[in-house]
Amino acid sequence: MFGLARQLANRGVLGLNRRNAEYTLRYNQRRLYPLVDDKLQTKRLAREAGITIPELYGVVEGEYQVRSLPDMLKQHSDFVVKPAHGSGGDGILIISGRLKEMYRKTDGLLISKEELNHHVSNILSGVYSLGGQPDRALIEYRVRSDPLFETISYQGVPDVRVIVFLGVPVMSMVRLPTRISGGRANLHQGALGAGIDIATGTTLTAVCGNDIVTEHPDTGNGITGLEIPDWEALLMLAANCYQLTGLGYQGVDIVLDQEKGPMVLELNARPGLNIQIANRTGLLPRLILVEKNHKGLHDVDERVAFAQKHFGVLAQKARNHETA
Amino acid sequence: MSRRHLYVLVLSLAGTGLGLFLYKALVLGFPLAPHTISDIWNVEGRITFIARDTPVKVSFFIPRTTRRFAIVNENFISQGYGISTATEGSNRRAVWSIRKAKGQQTLYYRAVVRQIGIKEPLTIMRPPEVESPRFEGPHITAAESLIAEIRAQSADVDTLVKELIKRLNKPQPDDNTALLLGEQTAVSNKVKIAVRILAQAGISARVVQGIRLEQENRNALLLYWLEVYDEKQWRSYDPVSGDSGVLEDYLPWWRGAEPLVRLEGGDKLQVTLSVSLNQEEAVRAAIQSGKIRSPLLLEFSLFSLPIHTQAVYRVLLLVPVGAFLLVILRNVIGIKTFGTFMPVLIALAFRETQLLWGIILFSLVVGLGLSVRRYLEHLKLLLVPRLASVLFVVVLAMGLLSVLTHKLGFERGLSVALFPMVILTMTIERMSIVWEERGASEALQQAVGSLMVAALAYLIMSISYVEHLVFIFPELLLVLLAVTLLLGRYYGYRLLELRRFKVLAGGNA
Repeated sequence: MFGLARQLANRGVLGLNRRNAEYTLRYNQRRLYPLVDDKLQTKRLAREAGITIPELYGVVEGEYQVRSLPDMLKQHSDFVVKPAHGSGGDGILIISGRLKEMYRKTDGLLISKEELNHHVSNILSGVYSLGGQPDRALIEYRVRSDPLFETISYQGVPDVRVIVFLGVPVMSMVRLPTRISGGRANLHQGALGAGIDIATGTTLTAVCGNDIVTEHPDTGNGITGLEIPDWEALLMLAANCYQLTGLGYQGVDIVLDQEKGPMVLELNARPGLNIQIANRTGLLPRLILVEKNHKGLHDVDERVAFAQKHFGVLAQKARNHETA
Repeated sequence: MSRRHLYVLVLSLAGTGLGLFLYKALVLGFPLAPHTISDIWNVEGRITFIARDTPVKVSFFIPRTTRRFAIVNENFISQGYGISTATEGSNRRAVWSIRKAKGQQTLYYRAVVRQIGIKEPLTIMRPPEVESPRFEGPHITAAESLIAEIRAQSADVDTLVKELIKRLNKPQPDDNTALLLGEQTAVSNKVKIAVRILAQAGISARVVQGIRLEQENRNALLLYWLEVYDEKQWRSYDPVSGDSGVLEDYLPWWRGAEPLVRLEGGDKLQVTLSVSLNQEEAVRAAIQSGKIRSPLLLEFSLFSLPIHTQAVYRVLLLVPVGAFLLVILRNVIGIKTFGTFMPVLIALAFRETQLLWGIILFSLVVGLGLSVRRYLEHLKLLLVPRLASVLFVVVLAMGLLSVLTHKLGFERGLSVALFPMVILTMTIERMSIVWEERGASEALQQAVGSLMVAALAYLIMSISYVEHLVFIFPELLLVLLAVTLLLGRYYGYRLLELRRFKVLAGGNA
């Protein structure tokens, strides 16, 4: 047992206690949390800073607005309903089309107007929000997945999670929905996580739960070696979010829209640690390297260049070689 | 800098705690273990019977303050019964009465008894009347001749009584004694016969029944002994050995040949007497010496509080112990629970319900609440009214469970009322959300995790040593606090994380 702990420590694997104490507690100021916990605020900030985000169609703030929901939605045939304070993908409803008075979900099931209204009421009453306080429901543009991912995801839209530490993208993975995850891109719900080479934007092997996989369990297509388009632009977008919120240690979720390119979906002040499993490598050495050097990095270009230089697979291998 | 600050704080907390603890334990002599010799006892009489749906009257002898024992505090516990006590001669009697009662009834008499070390017996000037039933027919002759024999072999009342007891206890008694004793050779019968023989001889004597304040005893046996009036005082004799003078720890409960309890209007009468050491008082001596040695320390300690409040702190001081356990289980082991401290509160409730019943009742209440919560889901309720509705259901479910278990005769079920219902409601709400969003297995996993943590916390909190130590030495909590602060700086892996990240170990390193 202690042997295992030592092995993990040697590999620089970050544990929850250490993440909380040395990263989130130290670099993420409490007063900044609302900026990312409230997706409405995140959206406003991002819009002001010129960061691409899915277009906001409307906000439902009170029960009284639920009745007029159909009017609000009249001109959109597809959209996403999500709680402003949701976490872990809970409470997100994706409507991909309509059939007369019914709405069609991404899994093909139809739901009635009443069911949609009830879902929105639930969001408002705080069912999905942290701590259960009353919430608002956002209705926004439905991202259409880049064709690249169509072969390796089941329904839903895959997203790219980038851990940004002091403005430097340190690790990244793409989360691919599966049938088990119900079309959601959350690892704990059964989605696949595939590590990404920060230098080149090509996918590495993927994990499903704790197992290493090389092909998608539902589509059977290979996952490894796919090149994510506009990789550098995506890294820039992620790195920019540091200035946006001021949070030192954050997870940036980016989706690739087939028309509009990379857009920031949401930010997370307590990003999970599974990304290490997806990349099969520990976060700690990279975080320490950034801590040492971040003062010399003045703008986004420099930070992204630093990341690509030091955190690519080749650089990693070289470093492992040195330590070994 | 902040790390050194922490270490200084931890060291000073642990130092203060340990220092005080050692001082109290070694210098003032506070007991380290919960069982220590004491002269204060809790005695309890428990009377159960089935009432016949008619007026019920229960008369029960209760002990009285004597030269050797003081009844410090008395309680009569019964539901809906009227209670009166009266002194009858040398006895005290409590009478419970009720106009109508049906089914299983339980009455309690509780008293705190203090042993007083007065050795000299009380002198009674007026000789008591001899009131034992006389012998009849051939028994009179047998008794007379037995008395004549004993008289011849003794010098005074004392030696006469001893000779009588010796004869009554012979394995092969002579003809006269055998006739008087009859078929029954139980001690109770011998004592009664001895009283009648002595009465025949014109000596006042009586049967005493009582219990021995010797050790914790859930079912104390009634002991018999003989009291004889001689030289203006009552002398006690052991009915088997004939030794005079009662053992120090014999508590007389009542005198005379009447039964301990009489019941009108019920059946299946059962009485149990129990004895336990009074723990609160066990440290009295240490406190006394502490008051002399360091008055301030004791003046501002828990012992300056009324006994009743002390009892509350006995439980409250266990909460930090539970919280400490939770810190370890969550931050070092990595077990997920519903609500940070919910398991500790559930564990407190388990103290009343006992573990098995606690788990059963908890599961029943939460299960019922969950199903109602799922039903309410369809009604589109807003959060606060929904939570309130679940709370209603939880309280009603608890009431219903109490009634049902009571009717079925499980008294444990009554203690469901001690569950923290608001915490249960929040647990139900969170569990149903996890259920909906993450699936049943995750929800059940967390529920079982919480319950296991609660059970573990209960097991640790119910160790009598732990309870004793934190109450007598609350400064030990400072030491626990110091360790908790240190654990707050534990940045290592959680035990369950090792399994989670196992794939990352080894490999291409």
